[in-house]
Amino acid sequence: MMNGVQKKIAIVPCSGIGKPYGTVSRVASYMVTEDYRSEFTKLVPLALLVMGDEGYGRIIAESPAITIDGCPQACATKMVLQCGGTVLRECSVLGTNRNHRDLKPQGIAELNEDGEKLASELAQEIIAVIDACGQPSKGGDHA
Amino acid sequence: MPELPRKKVGIIACSGEELPEGTITRLAALRVLHELRPEDTVTICLPLFLAGGEADRNFARFYPTIALDGCDKQCAFRGTEKYSSRPAAAIVVTDLIARHGLDKPHGCRKLDAAGMKAVELAAQEVADTVEKLLEKGER
Repeated sequence: MMNGVQKKIAIVPCSGIGKPYGTVSRVASYMVTEDYRSEFTKLVPLALLVMGDEGYGRIIAESPAITIDGCPQACATKMVLQCGGTVLRECSVLGTNRNHRDLKPQGIAELNEDGEKLASELAQEIIAVIDACGQPSKGGDHA
Repeated sequence: MPELPRKKVGIIACSGEELPEGTITRLAALRVLHELRPEDTVTICLPLFLAGGEADRNFARFYPTIALDGCDKQCAFRGTEKYSSRPAAAIVVTDLIARHGLDKPHGCRKLDAAGMKAVELAAQEVADTVEKLLEKGER
């Protein structure tokens, strides 16, 4: 807590454009930061972070991050750690897909229905992590 | 006579998730790769490149690349130059939008009509640049 206001959690997706998994990571990150937990999260673009953007560098230095990697290279996690950040949870599209083997994501520019469903499952995992940190509780009525 | 490897051009899109222009770079790069110049291009994964992907860095050392950036921070251009070699060409989407007098694009997840028009123009500009680079026999 800082000045009575909880810090936002940084959401750092993979920026890959070679496979549908990169797109799944991005779509999941938008679901979390725009649709479900916008007030408690901040989307951090990987390229800008790595290239030394001051503002995003400060966010990563001060806030815990949830990384979403699209492949085993785990660029998002590596880059956050390299930039001095703290990884609260490493999420992996492949890991989520292993738990939902029926979903076959396709499409890079635009995901198919399975891709969207997989992104939604991943977003729910991330939301559970955020909620476990107590972020959604706006508080005020407790002692 | 041995068949020599075909010369390719690497496209490095910034892919910035925080701006519609980042989405434009991603979609334009994919359009070039899949539709406009599939035989002549590869895409280079910027995060992997920045995280130390040696194969991608080596490609950019020996083959011409086009940096396709969403804004004037030019992460793709600067990252490529820093970790590998100076790109042979640079395209910045905000400049392209201004040059063509397009409306400001909206929608990082789903681009509006102005954004899709910018994708079309950016993709064509990349494809034309690929042709020029291959004609010139860059690098």
